[in-house]
Amino acid sequence: MLEVRGLHKRYGDLVAVQEVSFTVRPGEAVGLLGPNGAGKTTTVSMIAGLVTPDAGEVRIEGGVVRGETDPLKRKMGLVPQDLALHDLLSARDNLALFGALYGMRGAELRRAMDAALDLVGLADRAKDRVSAFSGGMKRRLNMAGALLHDPAILLLDEPTVGVDPQSRNAIFDNLEELKRRGKTLVYTTHYMEEAERLCDRIVIVDQGKVIANDSLEAVRRLVPGVNVIEIEIENPGQGAEWYGGLRALDGVDSAEWQGSLLRVTMRDLTETSPGVLEWLRAHGYRCVHLASQRADLETVFLTLTGRSVRNL
Amino acid sequence: MSFTAFSALVRRDLRLFFMDRRAVIMSFVAPILIASFFGYVFGGASADQPASRIAVAAIDQDRSAISKHVLAALGADKALEVKSADLEAARAAVRGGKTTVAVVIPAGFGDGAAKSLFRGGDKPEMQLLYDPSHNAELAMVRGILTQHVMEAVSSEAFSGGTGGTGGAGPGLSMSFSMPYTVREEAVTARQGVKYNSMAHSFAGMSVQFILFMGIDAGVMVLLLRRSGVWSRMRAAPISRFTIIGSRAASSAIVAMMILCVVFGFARVVFGVRIEGSFAGFAGVCIAFAIMTAAFGLLVAVLGKTPEAARGIAILATLLLVMLGGSWVPTFLFPQWLQSASFAVPTRWAVDGLDATIWRGASFTAALGPIAAMLGFAVLFGAIALWRFRWDGPA
Repeated sequence: MLEVRGLHKRYGDLVAVQEVSFTVRPGEAVGLLGPNGAGKTTTVSMIAGLVTPDAGEVRIEGGVVRGETDPLKRKMGLVPQDLALHDLLSARDNLALFGALYGMRGAELRRAMDAALDLVGLADRAKDRVSAFSGGMKRRLNMAGALLHDPAILLLDEPTVGVDPQSRNAIFDNLEELKRRGKTLVYTTHYMEEAERLCDRIVIVDQGKVIANDSLEAVRRLVPGVNVIEIEIENPGQGAEWYGGLRALDGVDSAEWQGSLLRVTMRDLTETSPGVLEWLRAHGYRCVHLASQRADLETVFLTLTGRSVRNL
Repeated sequence: MSFTAFSALVRRDLRLFFMDRRAVIMSFVAPILIASFFGYVFGGASADQPASRIAVAAIDQDRSAISKHVLAALGADKALEVKSADLEAARAAVRGGKTTVAVVIPAGFGDGAAKSLFRGGDKPEMQLLYDPSHNAELAMVRGILTQHVMEAVSSEAFSGGTGGTGGAGPGLSMSFSMPYTVREEAVTARQGVKYNSMAHSFAGMSVQFILFMGIDAGVMVLLLRRSGVWSRMRAAPISRFTIIGSRAASSAIVAMMILCVVFGFARVVFGVRIEGSFAGFAGVCIAFAIMTAAFGLLVAVLGKTPEAARGIAILATLLLVMLGGSWVPTFLFPQWLQSASFAVPTRWAVDGLDATIWRGASFTAALGPIAAMLGFAVLFGAIALWRFRWDGPA
C-alpha cells in the first residue's frame, strides 16, 4: 500500500532523516515511534509531500509519488501535528474548505462532511465556530478534515498532543473504528502506550534512523526480558542478595528486589516461571501474591537506545 | 512595594525589549526616518540643496518688449522653471499635472499695460491656468509675476518706449495703478468642472490603507505556515500556483472592494466624481490591487516570522506612502526626490488615481501608471516566488 524507500533529509549540518525505509500493508496500523527530534515528523512530511527529500522515494500502490499535483496524493489524508483549522470559521466551513482542496463539492461534499462529523462526534456542533471548541474537540475536527476525500491511508502526526485523557480516548475510538473500516494508518507518537493500543507494527526511529521495524510482538521480543513477574514475599530473606540464586536459573534474565516486590524478568513465561516459584518454595520463602506483565515499548526503546523516550 | 521585585521586572522588560531587534529597529529607526523625511521636505536639508522649482508654462501672444521682458525675468527667477508653450499644450500640461501654472500674456498686453499704469481705464487681462491641487504655488507665482510685470511695465513706460509718460502731459498729476488684471482658471477635467480636494485625499489614503491590508495578507501567509492548514494544503494534490495564486487573488479582491467602498463613499458624501476615463480609473484600481497582492507575497518572504514581517513591512509601507505622495503632495519634495519617487509604486498609484478621477485623464493617459504598477507587481511576485520557502514539516 505504502512503501517508503531510503528517505534522506539534511538541514545544513543536521541530518534529520537517514535512509528511512519501511512498508505499510493495506489495512495495517503502523506506529512510527521515537522521541522528539527523532525524525518522525520529517519522515511523515516527506511522505505527505510537504518536504522534498534529498534522496529516496515514496510509493503508493506501486506508483512513485511525483510532484505536487500527483493524483496518488489523493490516497493519503494528513492529520498534522499543528491544528489545521480556521478558528473563526464553523466546523462545517472548515471541512468544506478542506474537501474543496480535493475537488469535492455539492452533494458529495455534504455527504462526506456529515459522515466525518458523525464519526468524530461533532455533528451537533457543525455550525459552531471552532474558536468555541475545547482542545479535544479541535483535535477531533482536525482528524475529520483528513477523512473527507475518503483516503485509503491516514498519516497521523501526533494527533493527541495536548489533549485530556477523555478526548484521547475519543480519538482512539475513532481511530479503531477507522481501522475496522480497513483504513491504513501511519501513526507517529512518542507515547508508547498509544502505539501499543493501536498499532500492528512498530517502526522505531532514533536520531533519524530506523532502529526497529517489526510487529508489536516481535519488537517486544527484542528485549531480553520480555516478560516480568512480580512476586510479593511474606518472609523475604536477609542480606542484600538473598534472591541472587534466581539469576542462575535457566531462562531468568534478571531479578531485583524493589520495595516489597521481587521482580524477575524472563523471555519465556511458561518455561521459566515454575522454576522461579520452585526455587522460592525450596528456600522457604512464601509467596502471597504474584502478577505477570509484558515488557512495554518504553522498555524496548530503553533497551535499544540506552535512553528513555520520556527523558529526551 | 518590593523594590527588588520592581527593579527585576523593569530589568526583565528592558532586556526582552532589546532582545527583539526588529522591535528596536521599529522603535528607533521609524521615528528618525519619518522625522528626517518631513524635516527635509518642509525645511530643506541645507541651504546648498537646490529648492524644488515651480513648473510654469509661458504663452506669449503679445510678443511686445514688455512681454519679452516679463518672460525673461520669470525665466531668470530661481523659484520657477519656465518653458514656452502654446496655449493648448500648456493647458494639457497643467491638466496632466506636469505643469503647475501656465501664464498667458495676450496680444496687446504690453501696450495696454503701459497706458493703464498711469491712466487706469481698460486694463489688459493676463490669464493664469493653474493646477487646483497646487494652490500654494499659484499664490507664489502670482506674487512673482506681479513683481516682474511691474518692473517691466514701469521700465518701458519711463523709458518712453510706449509713450506712457508723454500721454500724461506736463502739469498733470500722475497716479499709478495696477496696469493689468488677472483671470485665473483652475484647469480640471473639463470647463465648468470644479476641483474637489477630496479626490486627492481619498486617493492617498486608499493607497496607504490598501497597502496595510497587503501587509496583513502577507502576514496571514506566515501565520498559515505556522498552523497545520499550510500542511494540509501542501498535502493536497494542488499546485503551488493554486496555493499562492489564490492568496494573491483574494488580496486583490479585497483591495478592489476597499477602493470601491472608499470611492463610493467619496462620491456619495463629498461628490468626488470620476471625471476622466472610467476604464482608466478601473484599470489603475485593478493594477494597484494586483500590485498590492504581489506586495503581500513579498511581505510573506521578507520576514521569517509574522511579527518580524509585520514590523519591517509597516516601516517599508510608511516610506512608500510618504514617497508616493499620499501624505504630502510630491511637488513639495526637492527636485531629486520628486524624480526618485517614480521608483516607488505608490507614486504611480496616487498619480494614476488623481489623473483619472479629477484631472480627466483618458484611458491612454492611464496606461502609464497601469503599466508601471503591473511592472512592480511582476517584480514583487517574481521575488516572492523565488524566495518563498515551500518546504515545511507537518
